[in-house]
Amino acid sequence: MSIKVVEGKDIKRDYHVGGGIFRGQRTVHAVKGVSFSVDKGKTLAIVGESGCGKSTLARIITLIDPATSGELFIDGNRVDIARNALTKEMRRKVQIVFQNPYGSLNPRQKIGDVLGEPLLINTDKPAEERRDLAMKMLKKVGLGTEHYNRYPHMFSGGQRQRIAIARALMLNPSLLVLDEPVSALDLSVQAQVLNLLADLQDEFQLTYVFISHDLSVVRYIADDVMVMYFGEAVEYGSREEVFADPKHSYTRTLFAATPRADVASIKARLAKKKAA
Amino acid sequence: MALLNIRNLVVEFQTASGSFRAVDGVSLHVNEREVLAIVGESGSGKSVSMLAVMGLLPWTATVTADEMSFNGRDLLKMSPAERRKIVGKDMSMIFQEPMASLNPCFTVGFQIEEVLRFHMGMDKAQRRERAIELLTQVGIAEPAERLNSFPHQMSGGQCQRVMIAIAIACNPKLLIADEPTTALDVTIQKQILDLLVSLQVKYGMGLIMITHNMGVVAETADRVIVQYKGRKMEEADVLSLFESPQSNYTRALLSALPDNAVGDRLPTVSDMLFEPAAGVV
Repeated sequence: MSIKVVEGKDIKRDYHVGGGIFRGQRTVHAVKGVSFSVDKGKTLAIVGESGCGKSTLARIITLIDPATSGELFIDGNRVDIARNALTKEMRRKVQIVFQNPYGSLNPRQKIGDVLGEPLLINTDKPAEERRDLAMKMLKKVGLGTEHYNRYPHMFSGGQRQRIAIARALMLNPSLLVLDEPVSALDLSVQAQVLNLLADLQDEFQLTYVFISHDLSVVRYIADDVMVMYFGEAVEYGSREEVFADPKHSYTRTLFAATPRADVASIKARLAKKKAA
Repeated sequence: MALLNIRNLVVEFQTASGSFRAVDGVSLHVNEREVLAIVGESGSGKSVSMLAVMGLLPWTATVTADEMSFNGRDLLKMSPAERRKIVGKDMSMIFQEPMASLNPCFTVGFQIEEVLRFHMGMDKAQRRERAIELLTQVGIAEPAERLNSFPHQMSGGQCQRVMIAIAIACNPKLLIADEPTTALDVTIQKQILDLLVSLQVKYGMGLIMITHNMGVVAETADRVIVQYKGRKMEEADVLSLFESPQSNYTRALLSALPDNAVGDRLPTVSDMLFEPAAGVV
């Protein structure tokens, strides 16, 4: 039987906003009861437009924000950060890679320190060992040991995203949450980073929760797909099911809106243009 | 006759470590009623060459060309004052970040009317009427109320619509769209692309789409130019580019699309370019 690395049951998250002198408080239901589970070594892709709650869900899974209600299990253990303090062990298990590689690295921190910091905080490894592990990880993600003493501004977007991935992997997490990891990157660099993610998944048996709005990327990387719309999971199933037979009208709109780059659809467009 | 004609454009930047050539001998032309797409990665010089046409580059840049003419007029010999009369009127541009390209201190209406005042010399009532008309055209609901909104009160897609409204305010002959949808969601991207193409057809504009998204190219362009490291790699009409790409770089770009993945790995551009058998691009 496969092992469930992460499982969520009916997760909800409300935000209370406003509340001034003249206005009362308003509650925004950012995530309205979402359930999911991901097996070890698999990838769940969460798709949706901005404001649909996919990043809120990512924050809940990464244990940054507590859920308002619902149950979250990581490696079979119930986690509730609203009640219990988070152990270092839990912190280690789930890591995140953010969308913007220009914003997620400290410009004043050398790459070596970026990679060593998770170890410094969460483990009691000596400096020597931290350095060795950081060097190894640099090679793993396709950078060199000569990059150890450089600063983030000396790297391109793709290289920075590699660094962000390396940082997330320093603690041997079992679950990696990727919040739009390639949407800020060029097409060819995007291909390199996606390849790297696939290789790392094979090597470390990593589990991914991959958040994206790009359906072609999702189709390439995901095993399961969840489509979110206004805080609800309107569609959830295996990649083949969702792509072959989208049930919800929003999923269909999403598919229709994705630009197609195949010859047949170009021909169709040109013919239509000629006729008009 | 071509609307915009550029021959052998070179743009160099003076930097602390010597001069850097961002655009290296690019020639291109756009006809009336034509959609030209310029594709390339960041650093390929696609935006810089269009900024050179608009005259929007900083003083560190040196622009040279054998020819750079717009609508029969030589842009190279023109004085800055003359050029400012064309830019924003007959030739206008939309930028990538709609939120960043609008001024946060002024209402949307003020920013649309500014163009009309400067270029068309309309009076207050005419300007307001035209601004409402423009907002209606770009598909903003309740245009009259929206004129008083500030950019931060609108969504990204709405801001981009306002940018388009400003760009088409003076019925330009040529519209340059620099990655107009990169910052937007797919569903909004579709709406904006449809809007741009419908306006292009309606007013018979020339449209230059700068993008790195092959899907956007496939959905909008008539003709495509592929750029890489400041050089033109390939020029073809859209169908033949996708059917039978001629240069290795184009082939590499197309195969890096996740749609075209064969097996588990995506071919990357560097795989293809440094293959010994692939030869010189």
